[in-house]
Amino acid sequence: MSLESNRPAPERVAAAMNAFVRDFTRESAVHMDACIRCGHCAQACHFYTSTLDPKYTPINKLEPFLHAYRRTTAPWAPLARLLGAEKGVTLQELESWQELIYDACTMCGRCTLVCPMGIDIAALISRARHGMFAAGLVPEDLRAAAERAENEMSPLGATPKVLEERVDWLEDEHGVKIPLDLPQADVLVTFSSIEIMKYPHSLVAMAKVLKHAGESWTVSTKGYEATNFGMLSGNRDWQHDMSERIIDAAIACKAKTVVLPECGHAYGALRWEGANVHGAPLPFEVVHISEYLASLARKGRLRLKPLAKSLTFHDPCQVSRRGGASEAPREVLAALGVDLHEMGDHADAAWCCGGGGGVVAIKRADELRRGAFRIKMEEIDATGAELLATSCANCRLTFDDGAAYHKWNKSMQSLTELVAERLEG
Amino acid sequence: MTLLEFARGPALTVALTVFIAGTLWRIFRLATRPAPPDRSAPRVDAAAAGALLGILRRFWPHPRFGARIGFSVFIGYLYHIGLAVIVFAYLPHIEFIRKLIGVGWPALPAPVTYFAGGVTMFALLIALMLRLTDPVKRLLSRFDNYFSWLVVFLPVATGMAAFDTAAGGFNQTYIALHLLTVELFLLWFPFGKLMHAGLAFWSRGITGVKYGRRGAMP
Ligand code: SF4
Ligand code: SF4
Repeated sequence: MSLESNRPAPERVAAAMNAFVRDFTRESAVHMDACIRCGHCAQACHFYTSTLDPKYTPINKLEPFLHAYRRTTAPWAPLARLLGAEKGVTLQELESWQELIYDACTMCGRCTLVCPMGIDIAALISRARHGMFAAGLVPEDLRAAAERAENEMSPLGATPKVLEERVDWLEDEHGVKIPLDLPQADVLVTFSSIEIMKYPHSLVAMAKVLKHAGESWTVSTKGYEATNFGMLSGNRDWQHDMSERIIDAAIACKAKTVVLPECGHAYGALRWEGANVHGAPLPFEVVHISEYLASLARKGRLRLKPLAKSLTFHDPCQVSRRGGASEAPREVLAALGVDLHEMGDHADAAWCCGGGGGVVAIKRADELRRGAFRIKMEEIDATGAELLATSCANCRLTFDDGAAYHKWNKSMQSLTELVAERLEG
Repeated sequence: MTLLEFARGPALTVALTVFIAGTLWRIFRLATRPAPPDRSAPRVDAAAAGALLGILRRFWPHPRFGARIGFSVFIGYLYHIGLAVIVFAYLPHIEFIRKLIGVGWPALPAPVTYFAGGVTMFALLIALMLRLTDPVKRLLSRFDNYFSWLVVFLPVATGMAAFDTAAGGFNQTYIALHLLTVELFLLWFPFGKLMHAGLAFWSRGITGVKYGRRGAMP
């Protein structure tokens, strides 16, 4: 039994309501008021289309958030209270919606693409998670990962000590230099814990690329982990702490650029939310590794041996659809000389892999996630491409798991690793 | 006071007052919600273009979703256009508006507007059928959705019934009922989903600005 169940129900509901109310900004309010309940959003969501269960309709996942809004803040809230038309939320409702708010939403934003009102459901889900966290209603494995990230700097145990050991090992084994904690550098490079623990070759690949570009760069043991599990779990304070670690590290080494790793949510957290969390514009540029590679290619600083193969690219939702950087990986692939076979739905319209938003960390969501993964398998098979690449380690992990589960004969590769393998000189 | 006098007099005044005051209140309440500034460095510094694109592009379904939502969108367009024709191109309505606000414009021939009325009623019935039979729409539907449907359908139905072909003129009781149902529409407008007529632009615009500055599809 979790500690949370000892807290009285009214206290937990009140905590959720307080957090919800804080999140009823103008954007949230207008979006919730504008919904016409047409249900079109269902057709964009991999969790609905793979199950055809109406409960997975995107806007339905926000029902408790909507009830709280109508009871407390909506323009007609006083009237609704007077007439008893809106009862507000109960602990039971919050508990039963936990699966929809966490397990069944990767915050991929595909539903916004189809919504006639342009409602940013992913952003609303992200806000609704604040209230869920406050009520102690985060799936335990996701909460524990976020807590580790807050206390140990990594959700997967990639503590500073582990990082240093890994860097030593990788430097020895691959003959690369990963400069830790330099007092000054133009570029601060960050990683995803998934890369550090599961795909360490990505660290080597980044080191090779930065050396090739002749960059002055460093990795800080005080701010190296970019996957913001504080944000994913719904803990605003932890989100702040995790962003601030990187921001402080970048300021300390006077970096002009922070390069984010192959991680979609890291991009959303720092590129688009970092300054808002920090409370001021960031004194450095924030780029995703795919953007960094594309800019090197544009400047002629990336000399590559051509890769004469056909390849299809999986867009990480937070970098492409919600991040606006869908062109960058394609520029890099063009520089690699691959024969790009696009999926039917790609770039802004790409289907999510099903593992974003912390979903891959929630064990009980495995079946739902793996069901949704079929959509990707079918799309990729239809391209007939020989290779498969992405620029998100979380997507890669989801693909590895999905491929193993479905006994699919395709293997996801990292864009950065592909580039590093083809560097000339 | 006859029913028609009531509908033309006090009922209309009350309905218009609630319509205007209620709509302004709802806009005011939404506009005064906190709107924290977005401090991230924009990729594209073009908020107005993002808003405009976001508003315009959603008039047409995203090409990748046409097959999945096309029919629902088509039916929606049928009754929205039908309603616009009836309200703004039917001579008696233009006269009504002229008396109310002093501005008028040329009308379409009456048979065209009657045809539009028929199409609108048909499309509204299909929309209701979809709402009742599609599992997703049914799950999402609330009193608001059904009542909003009713207050749109009733004025069209009573309006169509008001023309007495045998007598070659309008049936006064139906005209009164027609006016009363329009007033019901006006009374309900600020409280429910009907207000998407204006909120759609605001909602799309917000997303347009947010994603436009990111260089993503607004
Ligand atoms: S598509 Fe948009 S307007 Fe329609 S139900 Fe979903 S969120 Fe609401
Ligand atoms: S953001 Fe993605 S996962 Fe979440 S409801 Fe929308 S389409 Fe589904």
